Parts: sequence; structure tokens; C-alpha cells
Amino acid sequence: MNNQVEKKQDASGILRRITKSNSFGIFIILLAMCLLLTLAVRDKFLSGSNIVSVIRQFSFYGILAIGMCMVIITAGIDLSVGSVFALAGVLACIAITKWNLPVFVSVLIGMAVGLVVGYFNGFCVTILKLPPMIATLGTMSIARGVAYTVTGGYPIGSLPDSFKFLGLGYIAGIPTPIVLMVVLAVLATLFLQKTVIGRWIYAIGGNEEGARLSGVPVNQIKRLVYALSGLMAAISGIAMAARLGVGQSTSGLSYEMDAIAATVIGGASLSGGSGSILGAIIGAAIMGVLRNGLVLLDVSAYWQQTVIGIVIILAVTLDNLRHLKKK
Amino acid sequence: MEQELLVMKNINKSFPGVRALKDVSLSLQRGEVRALIGENGAGKSTLMKILSGVYQADSGQIFWEGKETKIHSTTEAADMGISIIYQELNLMPNMSILENIFLGREYKKARFLMDFKKAAQEARGYADMVGLNLDVHTLVQDLSIAQRQMVEVAKALSMHAKLIVMDEPTSSLTDRETEILLNVVRKLRDSGVTVVFISHRLSELFEIADRISVLRDGESVGTVEVKDCSEERLIAMMVGRSLEDIYPKFDTKIGEVVLEARHLQAGAMVQDVSFQLRKGEILGFAGLVGAGRSEVMRAIFGVDRLESGEIYVDGQRLTLRSPADAIRAGLGLVPEDRKLLGLILDMSVRENVTLACLREEMQKGVLKESREEEITQQYIEQLGIKTPGQEQKVLNLSGGNQQKVVIGKWLATHPKILILDEPTRGIDVGAKKEIHELMSRLAATGVGIIMISSEMPEVLGMSDRVIVMHGGRICGELSREEANQEHIMGLILEAAE
Repeated sequence: MNNQVEKKQDASGILRRITKSNSFGIFIILLAMCLLLTLAVRDKFLSGSNIVSVIRQFSFYGILAIGMCMVIITAGIDLSVGSVFALAGVLACIAITKWNLPVFVSVLIGMAVGLVVGYFNGFCVTILKLPPMIATLGTMSIARGVAYTVTGGYPIGSLPDSFKFLGLGYIAGIPTPIVLMVVLAVLATLFLQKTVIGRWIYAIGGNEEGARLSGVPVNQIKRLVYALSGLMAAISGIAMAARLGVGQSTSGLSYEMDAIAATVIGGASLSGGSGSILGAIIGAAIMGVLRNGLVLLDVSAYWQQTVIGIVIILAVTLDNLRHLKKK
Repeated sequence: MEQELLVMKNINKSFPGVRALKDVSLSLQRGEVRALIGENGAGKSTLMKILSGVYQADSGQIFWEGKETKIHSTTEAADMGISIIYQELNLMPNMSILENIFLGREYKKARFLMDFKKAAQEARGYADMVGLNLDVHTLVQDLSIAQRQMVEVAKALSMHAKLIVMDEPTSSLTDRETEILLNVVRKLRDSGVTVVFISHRLSELFEIADRISVLRDGESVGTVEVKDCSEERLIAMMVGRSLEDIYPKFDTKIGEVVLEARHLQAGAMVQDVSFQLRKGEILGFAGLVGAGRSEVMRAIFGVDRLESGEIYVDGQRLTLRSPADAIRAGLGLVPEDRKLLGLILDMSVRENVTLACLREEMQKGVLKESREEEITQQYIEQLGIKTPGQEQKVLNLSGGNQQKVVIGKWLATHPKILILDEPTRGIDVGAKKEIHELMSRLAATGVGIIMISSEMPEVLGMSDRVIVMHGGRICGELSREEANQEHIMGLILEAAE
């Protein structure tokens, strides 16, 4: 008897936790959008292949948003992810085609590049004391420039299938990029919610000086977070190169904006201390569904930009109102 | 009587938990220099802020030039002719003397164009009046502190101030600069301006003031003519209260030296500071606000870098690169500003209480919620933290409970040395008493406690030993038996000269 009662309370407690969680509001927005699209263009939107392609589409900047989210929680920002995305992609391709390295090693090289650029961002922010906006604006330009230089502007093609698998393949019937996003999102969520370092990341964003006075190694944690953001950008960029079958120095242009938008739609505050990976992924999904919906509704590509901008403003305003009401 | 410029009558003002002013009255004559003195928290600043419209009095009357008035805002006060020059001057360093003087009231030729020529001429005149022999286009950032003060005075004159309040204008001036400033004050007085002069340097007041008003614990103690008054009498007026509160301090066994600081040097506010702290001892740090006490503690805790000097814990030399090192060595710091430095306001009670001990308590860096809850529950009970639950954001707790959360955070690290910087500032009487009891209990278990407090009764009531600081230096040390208010105030004033 008692056990049953407890279980019941547990269940309702979980429900309450879900409805009260910060991601719930935007999840409803996402559902509403899907519902509207279903009503408007039923067959086209709801078809299995369309849904999968939408998810695969947003999984690339979804992965970027995972790293961005951690940076934004510390009250920072990372503008370099779009460039790191391209640089890691082309370097992995160059390693395979020009240096004849095994695919596995080449991918590791690409990821290492992301870590290094990200760590350099962290170095600029914590040691050179540059504002994150400036530091990552600099590396954004540096990384893109290096990507142009090493490729000479040409796409790098003729890649082996084992590499293309990262973008085109399926694991248990699910496209690899989606699997990557889900796995990374789960890992990042566990990292943020279940480890001491995760708690410190939130504490730094909530009150950096207060965290330092409580013994949090603020600078080390910040460097780690920027490095992780670089790593996420690299993974996403490599997967994109694999999907396209070519490494392009121009890929990922303005992806940093998509990642920031996804994170912010997902409830993170640019002043730090709040945000969740789940929210960022839902934010990415909202943008993905929106883009897809606009295409299906035959809205001109030029208008899509405008609509996305409006949605960002609306989504964040709605979320603010919800928080105000809670207070 | 017709000479009175300003009369403030029975002014009362309360802040949550504190009664800042109780029936304070003050009347100023035209063209006099009035000194206003009192300890920290005596109510000087509050009274001046009411006068300048920053605060509104809860009750009481203000008569300006014989007429009852209400001062609702700083602009109203400025229009009436009241100017206040704060310690931290309100100038724009990136603008010129001229621009600062006329800031917000720019001379206009047409609707938008400034009349620079006329403005420069006028500014020149005001600058001459205060003895500022500089080009009025000089940027304020290139001026010395004393010259900046003159700019403030010139600005006040340009607004046709009849009353100028100067809040500790000489605290950062050299002797020569002070002399110049006092001359300007005399000139102002001779031209009919009334000056209120707040300072802790008694000798200076004897030189400049006509009369001295003393505030203590938010009440007016009295006003005396300078010519028939002595320093001893003033000190007695400032501190003359009996220890009416009973402090829960009991005798503890005082043990070995647990912390020793030798010749610490860090910036201007930590000058050759050496002292020892023993196990089970409560060591009070007394001094005026800005005496360098907090800075010493920040250096010991690894927040600010030490330029030189050594710190020993249990006889072992400590190298501090960050607060994390200090925490590992067994130190805890309850900082002065709990909202800015002590807490992560948006986080829950649980997250705040466990923040400093996570590294020690959580194995392999993995959070264990049950352990967190256990720790938090322990300190909620031990400290009597009133909160609806562990998940409550500390933002929503009262000041006293917030402070208990900060203290709980440090107790959870099991410190050997606990530094408390103004531990009971701005919290209600009940919580205050609980925190005092807790300090005594902690000391009894052998923790060495350093308490910085600007409240004399608290220092005297709680400390086994009192160190007095002024201007970044230790200027005296008193045992519990020797320590009394006159003695401490005397040491401070001596050092202030």
C-alpha cells in the first residue's frame, strides 16, 4: 500500500518537474509548430523521410549548440564555432586525401584542432582577460582564414566511404549525425547535471567572483568550457564534411548565430547561470522545423531569414514573460 | 534666529532591520562651518542623504531658509542650493573641468549648440574662486584628488550652492593639499556659504569648524562650540555608551597559534601587517570603514595577490595562488558583501551550502544528491536556517538567513580558521544574536575566528583580543580587558593624524 502511494507521488512529482522545467515552455512551442505544419501540409511534413531529414539537418547546429550552451552558462559567448566547424572539416579531409592518414586518425586530428582553437579562446578570455566576444571574434576570423589558406579555396573531395559514413551512414537505422547529437547531448547533460565541474560551470555564470571565493577554479573551468565548445564544433564540422563528401572552407558560415539562437531559444540567459542542453537541442529543433516548414509552405528563401529572426525574438520574449509570471 | 539656513527637526529613518536615525535634529547658521562626527553607522551619511534627497525621512520636518520644505529628489536639493561632495567624487574623468562643471546644464546658444566661450569664461571664474589655476579644458583624469575636489566645489558654486556638504574630503589628501582645501572652505564661509564638514581627523576640525555636532547610534548627542571643547570630550561624546547588549561570549581554552601573518604587503591598503591567531580565539579587527581590514583578509584568503610577506597555518608556510588553496589549508571567508561575494543568488540553498565542499565530499567529481541533501539538512538544522526547503533560491531568503547559508557553506568545509567580515551587518537582531552564539560555540570547538566589525559593541563583546587598523596598517592591539571604546577610538584617531 505504502509503496504504491509513494510511487504515485513519485510519478506526479516527475510530471511536475517536467512541466516546471525551463525547457517545457519551448517544447510546447515546438509541438505547436509541428501541429500547425501538420494541419497545413500534412503529407509533406509528417512523412517519415521528411522528419528524419529535418532532424539530420538541425543535428549539425544542434551539436554546436551543446558547446555553445556550456559557454553561455558561464556568461561567455563563442563566435568562432562556425569557423572551427569548417577548419576541422577541411583538415580531416586533407589528412585523409593529402597525407594519406587513416580515417580514424584524421578524424582525431580534426577534433584536436577544435580543442586547440577552443582552448586558445579560453586562454584569451582567462589569461589575456579579453571579453569573450572579442576573443572569439578574433579566432573566428583566424580559423576561417586558415581554412581558406590550407584549401586554397577549393573543396577537398574523393573521400573514402568509411569517412562518409559519419555523415551519410545509419546506426541502427538512424542517421549517424542524429546519433552523434543525441549521444553528445546525453553526455553533456550528465556532465552538467551530475558532476562537480558541471555545478561549477553554473556557479561561475551565476556569480563569478562568488564562485572564486568559494574555491571554484574559475579560469581552469572556463578554459575547459571553451575547449569543449571547440571540440563540439569540430565534431559537427567533420560530420558535415562527411555528409557532403567534400571538405569546404566556406561551410558553417554564420552557424555560430544558429547555435547562439538555438541556445537562447532554449532558455539560456546571455548573462549566465542558466540554460540546459535539452533546451538548446529543442531550440535547434524549433529552428530546423521552422526552416523546413517555410520551404514546405513555399515561402521564398529570402523571407526565411526574416521569419527566423522574428521567431527568435518571440520565443525569448515568451520565455521571459513565463519567468516573470513565475516570480 | 533669523540667521538659520537649515533646520532639520526630529528626523527618523529606518531601514529593514535597522533604525538608522532616531529623532535627529540639526540646525545650521548661514556662513558657518559645521563639523559632523560620529562612528561608522552613527547616521552621518543617512542624515546627509536625506538632506540631499537621496532618501526620504520617515518622519520629521525640514526648514530651509525658514520655510518648511520636503526634499524629494537630488535635483530638488540642487535647485534649492544644497550640494554634496561625496568621498568617491562624482566627476566624469574623461571630460574636462569645464564640461564637468556644467554637466547636465550645458550653456546653449541656439537650441542645441553649446556656447563654449561663455561657459569657459564662467568656469574660469569659479575655478579661480577655489584656487584652481589650470586651463579649464584640462581633463579631470589628469588632475590630482585634491584638484578634483576643487572641481566639485567649483561645480557647487556654479549651481549657486548655499550649503555644501563635504564627506571626508581630506581622507585621501596630503597635508599640503588639506591646507589648501581648508583655505577654500574658509573662503566659502566668508562669502556666506554654509559648509558641513564630515571628518574623522579631529585636529582638522578644531582648525576649521565653528561648531561640532556629534551623532551616535542614529541619535544626536549634542552640538558644541569648538572654542570650549576638548578632544577627550568629543571622543567621549562619540563613543559614550554602555555595553547594554549582552554578548554570548564565553571563555574558551585558547590553544596554539593556528594562523600567523608576517609583514603582509598588498597594495596601498595592506601595509606591513603582522599578527597571530590562536585556536579557540576570537580575534576582532576594529577600524573605520576603509581601514584595510577586508583587504588584509582578501590577501590571506588568496583573493588578492600578496606583494610580500608570509602566511603560516599550523606553522606551515602557505603559498596561495587562489582561494581554492586557502580552503585546502583550512580557511573559510564569510565576505563583507554576501550578495555580491558570498552567495550565488540564483542557486538553491543546497547548491550554495555545498559549493565550497564539493571537491572534498564528492568522490571522483560525481555529484551525489543524497549526500548533498544530507550536508544541507545538517546545516539548516544546526544554524536554524529558515527556508521552505533546500531547493529554495537563496535570493528569496531574508538577510539573516542568507548569512547563515554563507556560514553553513564554510562550516561544511570544516575550517580550522574562519574569517567573518562584518558578519552581522544589515541583519535583524534575532539572527545577529544567533550568529554571535554560533561564533562562540565554534571557538569552543577550537576553530580560530577572525571577526571584522565596524560596530564597536560587537567587537568589544565578542573578541578575546582586538587589533585596530587604520590606513592599511595595524595601529594597536588590545586584550579583552584593555579594550574599550575610548581606547580603540583613541588609537584610530591618533593614527588618522
